[in-house]
Amino acid sequence: MDALVGERRISYDARGLAEPTAEVPNVAMVDGTAAVFDAAPLTTRQINLELRSLVYERGVTDVTIKNPGSKHSLGVGILTRCRITFEGSLGYFGCGLIDGPEVHITGRVGWSACENMMSGVVVIEGNAGSLTGAALRGGDLVVKGRVGARSGIDQKGGTILTLGSAGSMTGFMMQRGRQIICEDAGPGLGDSMYDGIIYVGGKVKALGIDCVPGEWTEADTEFIERKFRIYGLGSPPEFQKFVCGKKLYNYDNLEPSERKLVL
Amino acid sequence: MCGIAGIIYRNGNGGRPLGADMTRMLQSMKHRGPDSTGYALYGPASDLVLVRFTLADANDPRDFEFTERLERHRAEVEGRMRELGAQIMNIEFDTEYAFRAALRYDGDLKRLADYLEDVPGCEVLSLGKSLEIVKDLGDAESVADQYGLGKFEGTHAIGHVRMATESDVDISGAHPYWAYPFADVAVVHNGQLTNYFQWRRRLERSGHRFQSECDSEIIAVYLAEKMSEGLSLEESMNASLDDLDGVFTYICVTGDALGVAKDEMAAKPLVLYEGDDMVALASEEIAIRAIIDHEIETYDPYEREVLVWTR
Repeated sequence: MDALVGERRISYDARGLAEPTAEVPNVAMVDGTAAVFDAAPLTTRQINLELRSLVYERGVTDVTIKNPGSKHSLGVGILTRCRITFEGSLGYFGCGLIDGPEVHITGRVGWSACENMMSGVVVIEGNAGSLTGAALRGGDLVVKGRVGARSGIDQKGGTILTLGSAGSMTGFMMQRGRQIICEDAGPGLGDSMYDGIIYVGGKVKALGIDCVPGEWTEADTEFIERKFRIYGLGSPPEFQKFVCGKKLYNYDNLEPSERKLVL
Repeated sequence: MCGIAGIIYRNGNGGRPLGADMTRMLQSMKHRGPDSTGYALYGPASDLVLVRFTLADANDPRDFEFTERLERHRAEVEGRMRELGAQIMNIEFDTEYAFRAALRYDGDLKRLADYLEDVPGCEVLSLGKSLEIVKDLGDAESVADQYGLGKFEGTHAIGHVRMATESDVDISGAHPYWAYPFADVAVVHNGQLTNYFQWRRRLERSGHRFQSECDSEIIAVYLAEKMSEGLSLEESMNASLDDLDGVFTYICVTGDALGVAKDEMAAKPLVLYEGDDMVALASEEIAIRAIIDHEIETYDPYEREVLVWTR
């Protein structure tokens, strides 16, 4: 699908989005519904084009990408169900804006992995940088190492499960969803959170503003055991639960026009 | 934005080319800062004092008597070195305006640096027994080519790619900063300091001189002053976590150590690889991957962390 815009030729990818100039490198070895390719000689855009072409156009449902080499913005914007394996590490913004895929990363990820993920599963074997799962909307994000600062900032749904420790300001301004941190959490945990739940297995260095211990229920036990079972993580440690204290709730339910009528 | 990188070989240099390694790390982070690139490299320690200085900037207008003026200023610098009792063993230049002199000199370093800096246009980039600071406009590969850094052998180094935000694109705004007038101490910094003027006034009152308007220069002089009061590098860096306000990840190097510190917000990135043979750290992992081809374990240090390695 090509179109001329002014003097410049713009080609559109499988989803109808503009990708000026770059072309699909077509280097993957396809075997039925599985494919594998080496990312080492490719640019970020070529890797993403190849990946999208495989899952959208060539009917592949299982893609293995070798040697991602910590490049930034890999595997972003995949909006279909498929299985993607990165054999190595990703840089910043890995797997952002995805909706549906099951992703397995054998190395580590840099800052802002899985930002604004809508649904699906991402399992990271190594450590993750700061802002992991920022504005996460849904799906499961499992980090088997430790995460940096501000993971789950502005989280609006889904689950972030970290087997290691977490840095400062974890769950800053989170609005919904759950975070499970199996080891220690840094200072400012759950600072200014609106809602949602943070479970911490280790010590909390300091709670953030308006983050308070919550009451444990059967549903919490069931939820944690289910997540540990799904990802084969053995038996869960003992957790403390933290929720919003709602002391910062200074708004009402009235629209400005309604307020005029009432007051 | 800016990008910083550091590397220290744990057993001598293990046959690795320091200059080429640092160039690869910085080049892979070019997207973080294309304006200027700087290196602080530690070669084998000598009994000579190494001086790196510039007499003009790469983007200075080449006016009518530019070359004559450089010649005149260079002669003046050499004259002043001799006047203070320094014996010039060797003086070489990589560009028409950047020089490297090796001196036999056992006098006061501050007096020497101050006297040289009073020559119009002269900026002393570094002074020390093993430290050499090279910085210029452009990306890592062009600076390394210009100054022949590919062949530089040594034990540890830091580097910086700059995206100019607070001050001009010129050599004095580029990192690393030498801790004027303390020998063999240099710093690269990613972030902004908000109590810069407070510290600048404090340090100026105790007699220090600043070469630039850049907030990062404070860190180098602050640390060197703490160390000259008898604190170790690690103790000085720990003190800086409370004394410096703002967001920062900085790397400080001395003749035999390399340390990194992060502020209490952990606002600026750093990825760390600690291997048996080397420690490599950078703003982005892509820089570490540029020099290590096998799978490695890396992590991001947390807030208020100070880590120091000695070679």
